[in-house]
Amino acid sequence: MAEKKRIELMVCTGTGCYAGGAYQIIDGLNKELESFGLRDEVTVVATGCNGFCGQGPLMVVIPDNIFYGWIEIKDIHHLVEEHFLKGRPVKRLMFKPPEEKEPLPLLSDIPFFKKQLLVVLRNKGIIDPEKITDYIARDGYLAIERVLSSLSPKDVTDEILKSGLRGRGGAGFLTGKKWEVASQQVKTPKYLIANCDEGDPGAYMDRSVLESDPHSVIEGMCIAGYAIGSTNGFIYVRTEYPLAIKRMRIAIEQAEEYGLLGKNILGTGFDFEIEIREGSGAFVCGEETSLIHSIEGNIPKPRQRPPFPAQEGLWCCPTVINNVETLANVPVIITRGAEWFSSIGTETSKGTKIFSLVGKINNTGLIEVPMGLTLKEVVYEIGGGIPKGKKLKAVQTGGPSGGCIPASMLDSPIDYESLQKAGSMMGSGGMIVMDEDTCVVDVSKFFIQFTNDESCGKCVSCRDGSEAVLEVLTRISDGQGREGDIEFLTELGESIKDASMCGLGQTLPNPVLSTLRYFKEEYDAHIKEKRCPALVCRNLIQYYIDPNKCVGCLLCIKSCPTEAIKGESKYIHIIEQEKCHKCGQCLEVCPPKISAIIKITGNELNNLVQLTEIISCKEWKKDHEYS
Amino acid sequence: MPKLTIDELKKMRENSRKEIYLREGNFRGKVTVHMGTCGIAAGAREIMNSFLDEIERRKLTDIMFTTTGCAGLCSEEPMITVEMEGSAPVKYCKLTNEKVKKIFNEHIIEGNVVKEFALGIGSERVG
Ligand SMILES: Cc1cc2nc3c(=O)[nH]c(=O)nc-3n(C[C@H](O)[C@H](O)[C@H](O)COP(=O)(O)O)c2cc1C
Ligand code: SF4
Ligand code: SF4
Ligand code: SF4
Ligand code: FES
Repeated sequence: MAEKKRIELMVCTGTGCYAGGAYQIIDGLNKELESFGLRDEVTVVATGCNGFCGQGPLMVVIPDNIFYGWIEIKDIHHLVEEHFLKGRPVKRLMFKPPEEKEPLPLLSDIPFFKKQLLVVLRNKGIIDPEKITDYIARDGYLAIERVLSSLSPKDVTDEILKSGLRGRGGAGFLTGKKWEVASQQVKTPKYLIANCDEGDPGAYMDRSVLESDPHSVIEGMCIAGYAIGSTNGFIYVRTEYPLAIKRMRIAIEQAEEYGLLGKNILGTGFDFEIEIREGSGAFVCGEETSLIHSIEGNIPKPRQRPPFPAQEGLWCCPTVINNVETLANVPVIITRGAEWFSSIGTETSKGTKIFSLVGKINNTGLIEVPMGLTLKEVVYEIGGGIPKGKKLKAVQTGGPSGGCIPASMLDSPIDYESLQKAGSMMGSGGMIVMDEDTCVVDVSKFFIQFTNDESCGKCVSCRDGSEAVLEVLTRISDGQGREGDIEFLTELGESIKDASMCGLGQTLPNPVLSTLRYFKEEYDAHIKEKRCPALVCRNLIQYYIDPNKCVGCLLCIKSCPTEAIKGESKYIHIIEQEKCHKCGQCLEVCPPKISAIIKITGNELNNLVQLTEIISCKEWKKDHEYS
Repeated sequence: MPKLTIDELKKMRENSRKEIYLREGNFRGKVTVHMGTCGIAAGAREIMNSFLDEIERRKLTDIMFTTTGCAGLCSEEPMITVEMEGSAPVKYCKLTNEKVKKIFNEHIIEGNVVKEFALGIGSERVG
C-alpha cells in the first residue's frame, strides 16, 4: 500500500531562520521521520521567510496550519512522535502571546498575521523558492502567458498605470508612467534593472522577496521588459545577500530551462534575459544613477538628473529601474486586474507595502499590510505592543531618509502622502519602533553618522553639511549644547536638502528635522539643562546607588571595570562619579529584587544623599529607620 | 526539459497544483481521526490509512485529513469526526475498514450522515 502524503512541514529557511539553524532542523526532521517510517506521509518543504522572524526557527504544519516556533533540535524527536506519528499537536512549541496562558495553535489565529494582506508575499511560506513548479502551481507565469498571448506592450503599460502602482524603492513614482516614458524612447537597446541594493540599516524586505519568491521578480521583470521593449534585464543585489543571490540564480536557471526566460519565450518570439550583478554594498549604490554607474563598471557616484534613466540610463540607453518589490507586484496586477489592485489602499497609494518591523516591539518580523492601515494597528495589533510595559515614543519610517512619527500621531494612515506630511517618508519599508527609553538626539546622531559615512562626497552640502550636523548633535549629546544650536540645525538642514544633488543628501536631514519638530523640548533639555530625559546620552547621566536599598553584596564592585565603586561586604556601596565610565555593568548585575542602582540625569544628584564614606548597612538602617 | 509552449505551461500548472493542494487550504470537508493512546491501541492508524486510501483512490483535493488527541471516549475508539462545509460535525465510532468505506461514500461524497454509526451530531468542534 503506497502511503499518501498527508502532512507537509513548511520550514522557514529565510536568512533569519537559516542563521538560527533551519537546515539542521530540516535534517533532524527528516531523520526522525525516517526512523518512524513516516517519510512518505510527511514531507518537509524549505520555504522563504515566513515573516514572524522573532519566533524562528519555525514551521507551519499543513494542512492544519499549526504554527510552531523557537524549535530546537532537542524538540524534534518528541514532535515527530507526538504530532506526526500519534497525531497529537505539541502545545509547548506553539506561539503563546505574552501574558496569556493558552497558546494559539493556528497561524491564522495569531494576531501578527491577522491584519496582513499578502499580495507581493502571496507565496511566502507556501512554496519552495527553489522549485519552479511550486511557483507555477500558484498561478505563476500565468501573467506572462497572458501578456505574450494577448496584450500589446501598450496594453500592459496602461494596465499598470491604471492600477496606480507606485515605486516601492523610495520616491513612489508611478510605475506605469516610468514605463511609458521608456517605451516612448526611440533609442535602442533598452534595459531593465531590478534594484535589490537595499542599503537601509535594518531593512530586509527586498531580500525576503528574492529569498521566498524569486520567480515573481523574474516574471515581473519579463513583463516590464516586454512593456518597454527591452530584452535585457539586470538584477542588482548586494553581495551581503548570498542566500538571495543563490535562490535567484537557481530560479533564473530553471526559468531558462523551461523556456520562460531567454530566447523565444513560450514560443511567442519574445526574448528576455536576466543577469545578476552583485553590488559593493554602499548605501549610495542603491540610488539609480549611481547603480547604473556601478553596472557599467564605473565608480558608483550619482549624477545630475535629468536626463532620467528612462531617457538615458545604462550605457546611455533608455533604462527602467524598479525596485524588487515594485516588480513583484506586476504579475498579480496582470492576473487579477488593475481594478482589483486599485481597490486596495487609499486614494493616492494603492496596493500593499512590506515593512520590516523592528525595535522595541513584541512581535518583530516582516509584514505586508494594505496601504492606509494606521501605524497604531501595526504597532499594537500586528506588533503586539511594546515589551515590558514601556510607553511608545515614536515610530521611525524611511530609514536614514525618513523621520520619527510621535506616538501622538499614531492614527496616521500608512501611505506616501501622510508619511511625508508627517515629516517622514515611506522609504523602502524599514519601520523601527521606539519606546520611552530612546533618546531622539541619540537616534538622530545614529542616522547622521550613517549618512555622513555613506555620502559619496560629490556635493559640499551633503558631505560637509552632514559633518557639521553630526558635530552639533555630538556636542548636544555630550552636554556641550549651546543657545542657537536648534536654529542652526534647522537652517542647515533645510539648505542641505536644497543644495544636494541626489536623494541621499536631499533627505539626510529628515531624522533631525522631524525630531526637532516633535521633540524640541527634548533637545532643549539637553542644551539648556544638560539633561537627557531618556537617560541615554552618556555624558549627561550618572549611575547612583540608593543607600536605602543596597545590601552590600559586592556584585557591582566585581563587575566594575574602572574600580569606581567603593564598598565592603554588608556595607553600603558608593560610586565615585569621577572614576565612573558609565558602562552600565553595575546596573546589570545588581539583583533585580534589590535594584539599588539607578540612572539619573541633570542635577538630580544634588537632591540625593551622597555618601562620601562607606557605612555598614546595619548602621545606616538604624539611623534611617524612623526618618 | 524541453522548453514549454503556452499549452504545455497550462498543463504543467494543472499538474503542479495537485502537488501542493494541501497548502492551498481549499477544503469543503474535514476528517479528523482521534489518536489518543487508546485510539492508537484501538487501531486508529489503520483507520487513518483506509481514509487516506479512499482520498487517494478518488483523487480528492478538497477533503482535509487530520488527526487530534483522545476524544475522551476510549470505549468507542477508533473514532473520527467528519465536518462537511455548512453542516454540523458528526462523530463516528468503533470504526472498521468497511464502515470507513460506507462513511466515505455516503457522507463525504454524497452528503448523507450514516446515522447507524454516528455517535452524535453537533458535538463540540474539533480544533
Ligand atoms: C541614497 C539612495 C539609496 C537608494 N537605495 C535604494 C535601494 O536600496 N533600493 C531601491 O529600490 N531603491 C533605492 N533608491 C531609490 C532609487 O534611486 C530608485 O528611485 C528606485 O530604485 C526606483 O524604483 P521604484 O520606482 O520601483 O521605486 C535609493 C535612492 C537613494 C537616493
Ligand atoms: S547628495 Fe551626497 S551622496 Fe548624493 S551625490 Fe551629493 S554628495 Fe553624493
Ligand atoms: S557604570 Fe560602569 S564604570 Fe560606572 S560604576 Fe558602574 S560599572 Fe563602574
Ligand atoms: S550590586 Fe546592588 S545591592 Fe549589591 S552592593 Fe552593588 S548596589 Fe548594593
Ligand atoms: S527568516 Fe524565518 S521567519 Fe523570517
